[in-house]
Amino acid sequence: MTKQLSGPEVAQQIGEQFPDAVTGSDETAVFVRSEALLGVARFIKESLNLDYLNSITAVDYIDHFELVYHLTSLKNNHSIILKTKCHDRENPIVPSVVSLWQGADFQEREIYDLMGISFEGHPNMKRIFLWDGFQGHPLRKDFHLDVPGGGKASL
Amino acid sequence: MEKRGSKVEIEKPYISSKLDKAEGAEIEALIAASKEPYPDPVAWLDEEIQRNVLLASTEHIIDWAKRFSVWPVAMGLACCAFEMIAAAASRFDFSRFGMEVFRASPRQADLMLVAGTLTWKMAPALKRIYDQMAEPKWVLAMGACTISGGCFRGSYSVVPGLNLIVPVDVYVPGCPPRPEGLIYGFMELHRKVAKDKLIKKEKDD
Repeated sequence: MTKQLSGPEVAQQIGEQFPDAVTGSDETAVFVRSEALLGVARFIKESLNLDYLNSITAVDYIDHFELVYHLTSLKNNHSIILKTKCHDRENPIVPSVVSLWQGADFQEREIYDLMGISFEGHPNMKRIFLWDGFQGHPLRKDFHLDVPGGGKASL
Repeated sequence: MEKRGSKVEIEKPYISSKLDKAEGAEIEALIAASKEPYPDPVAWLDEEIQRNVLLASTEHIIDWAKRFSVWPVAMGLACCAFEMIAAAASRFDFSRFGMEVFRASPRQADLMLVAGTLTWKMAPALKRIYDQMAEPKWVLAMGACTISGGCFRGSYSVVPGLNLIVPVDVYVPGCPPRPEGLIYGFMELHRKVAKDKLIKKEKDD
């Protein structure tokens, strides 16, 4: 069974290296500021051997977006969850982690497509499922089908 | 090339962003053009052929031959495709009806068997394949999603009914329909094919 690393312990390790980055932690997750995300991710990837990115997810809490990074070390058999918040709803930008984990490529494009969060430094930041010209981002809580090209809600 | 209509010309060398824009423009044009469903087809042959006089017995033989060699084009879009495959495999075996030959090329096919959820992104490709099929051609809509969008009706990505894109001859409801249901649909289609007259009849109504 993969061991869940304790959030506060990892937060402490990160805090020693990046004093302002950590905004909080709970049992399994560490919250970091989005500006410091790439540096923190690179640091814990190397210090904790986190060689595998299970998934990236975005959650819409209406007043902010939250990005959830599930990270695992296949070598040490442990895992940690990294979370970051993005408060800008009009033009949300978060640093991309494709340079650290190649598997982030399509997942970040999916988040951009359906949630509208842009990833800075992504090599190919464009829609992946929906077509070019689709209006809006359908997994956002405020998405309505009445927008042009958004299907036929009235049927 | 003119027949493609909404297709945007792409210059070489291909640039990914241009291809994306062209694809998006094609889908948007199709959405704009697909507001009204096609009426279910009754008469299939155009005026030119209908004016030709053929003997009734010849017609009977042609109908019989058409009916027992309806070759479907493979158009399995989602989970209904597995019921379609099951219907084609040994247990249900629709080669009994002379239609075991799933064609990969639409030019050799008579029937488009649409099995599964049709999304707006797939719709231009489906329409293109339909346009490439030679006359006479039929369309069978299999499953709730294909017929009306099913439980995804009203979604941002799903076409609410195949008949917005192409005219549909036979609807087989179910989620997914059992192979028996699909075979019943085929038999209804065969009945419809056999009723297709080369000579135009006076309408009753």
